[in-house]
Amino acid sequence: MERTGIAAAPGIAIGRAIVKKEENMEIVRRSLEPNQISLEVERFKDCVQQAILELAELKEITEKKVGEEEAKIFEAQQLFLQDPEFVGAIENMIEAEHINAEAATQSVRDQFLAIFESMENEYMRERSADLRDVSQRILRHLLSITQNETAVVDGPQILVVHDLTPSDTAKLDLSITRGFATDIGGRTSHSAIMARTMGIPAVVGLSNVTEEVSDGDLIIVDGSTGNIHIRPEPVVLQEYEDKLRDFQLRQETLAKLIHQSTMTRDGRHVELAANIGNPSDAESAISHGAEAIGLFRTEFLYMGRDDFPSEEEQFASYKSVLETMGNKPVIIRTLDIGGDKELPYLNLPEELNPFLGYRAIRLCLDQTELFKTQLRALLRSSAYGNLRIMYPMIATLDELRKANQVLSEVKQELVDKNISFNHEVQVGIMIEVPAAALVADQLAKHVDFFSIGTNDLIQYTMAADRMNPQVSYLYDPFNPSLLRLIQMVIIAAHREGKWVGMCGEMAGEKLAIPILLGLGLDEFSMGASSILQARHLIKQLDSQKMAKIAEHVLTLSSGQEIKDYIQQEVMR
Amino acid sequence: MLTKTITIKNPSGLHARPATAFVQKASAYPCNVNLIKGSKKINGKSIMGLMTLAAKQGEELILEVDGPEEEVALDELTKVLEAEHL
Repeated sequence: MERTGIAAAPGIAIGRAIVKKEENMEIVRRSLEPNQISLEVERFKDCVQQAILELAELKEITEKKVGEEEAKIFEAQQLFLQDPEFVGAIENMIEAEHINAEAATQSVRDQFLAIFESMENEYMRERSADLRDVSQRILRHLLSITQNETAVVDGPQILVVHDLTPSDTAKLDLSITRGFATDIGGRTSHSAIMARTMGIPAVVGLSNVTEEVSDGDLIIVDGSTGNIHIRPEPVVLQEYEDKLRDFQLRQETLAKLIHQSTMTRDGRHVELAANIGNPSDAESAISHGAEAIGLFRTEFLYMGRDDFPSEEEQFASYKSVLETMGNKPVIIRTLDIGGDKELPYLNLPEELNPFLGYRAIRLCLDQTELFKTQLRALLRSSAYGNLRIMYPMIATLDELRKANQVLSEVKQELVDKNISFNHEVQVGIMIEVPAAALVADQLAKHVDFFSIGTNDLIQYTMAADRMNPQVSYLYDPFNPSLLRLIQMVIIAAHREGKWVGMCGEMAGEKLAIPILLGLGLDEFSMGASSILQARHLIKQLDSQKMAKIAEHVLTLSSGQEIKDYIQQEVMR
Repeated sequence: MLTKTITIKNPSGLHARPATAFVQKASAYPCNVNLIKGSKKINGKSIMGLMTLAAKQGEELILEVDGPEEEVALDELTKVLEAEHL
């Protein structure tokens, strides 16, 4: 039997099921005699104390098994149990309404849950899971429920649960638990994040998997596709055992590539970089083998707030990424906002065609103070690492000239104030508007580099909205028209001695990499988790041979033909 | 009773770690600790209170302390609220 849920953590796990259904606690509201009340409060306090001790123990276990950061959740949960507004409210309720501690706990918990869940904030909604977890813990003590002893199963186990609470996670025995499957949850739920941190395959959101599986059933979890197989046929089992072996071999091979440079078989070096959206992503980029940051999106600084970020705040973010990366290059893109990514405090009118509207560099060249603040923060941070500045959405040479004009004004200001910065900081542009690709030869004279932003370039070239499934057949990076544009851009830049990167999703695509290498692309920037696979592939390719392959690709007339050709000629 | 108006400087607001740090510190003093945002007043020793206050970067809060050791508490708690990184 096969079920599909949400792929939460990649990898394959095969094992016997341990099923843990949601604990169903019957809470009965009882009235107390006046002389029972103080005893009931004492009983409640005892249970809270026991729960606090348990959490301290869980914290210690998690610190050892998973990490200090992950263990902090139990510290937060302990604070819940010491919270006068929570514990105090329950005690007051027992005293005021003369009811049992179980009913009071449930009632106060529900009041807080209602507040937490009404808040427009993902963080708060996640905290409601913690509140449920600690309340459950108190209730278990009040009701004297000992947690179900887990069934005895030999060999590797797959945990099948309604939802994995932080307490469940801490108790996982990683020497026998190979993966897990849950009824509820999404890619960003606690259970999914923990699975990725611990590196165990997981599928979440399977709705009623705890009903369909019994203890001891053989289960296959494919955390890369989101499929699970319950009591699989021998053929299916064989298939997955092979896949698991391949996967393990592959992981071992890839891990060896982390600190290697990206060299083709014939000795051409290309740079493999990571796209990041937050300063904290920089470390993970390094641990995934990134040689650079090819795109640092700065929008996070501006989103989810009521006013513009200050120069100091921006400076601190840019500096922290540059310092984390040491001497490795970091391309920071100036603000790419407007249109669909709206900022309430900018007061922009709603537009009919946001993707063709007032956004990115268009907005920055109009609201120059906003732009200058960011450029000042960027230039100041350039003293702390290898910064490269990139403008998004440039469509004409005139726009590029204006942006460079603003930049030189800001540089002059800093010089006047004796503030140090790197005077040689590289400046480049995103090539994502077809108009820019068509005049790349002119633009190349005024930049240090190009970075091709395929996500937008495809939709603008094909006139196909990337969010509209009805025209998704047009949204294909392998379209000959797109490849020709890319070729034009690379040739134009190289003629001027400038380098060209790519920061769209295409740069990490297995079938696209040989073509891009053949066309002469110098830098590939992608999600950090794709880097090692790309390095593995590039090390096996010969750049001279790929140049011939690319030449032939450009004579083909459809995306499908091109993909088939690469599959056949390169991927065999 | 002492009060002080404070602007939140931490980019992530008074969430998670800063809130935990504040409650832990506040609980160590014998005086009462309250935080006021607009018309909302919460117990500064309550993590849930702080979380429901949801104070963001740039927002102004009034810190109110009342009772024994209120002066030290005011100083020390101000430091937690004004810290940019915790």
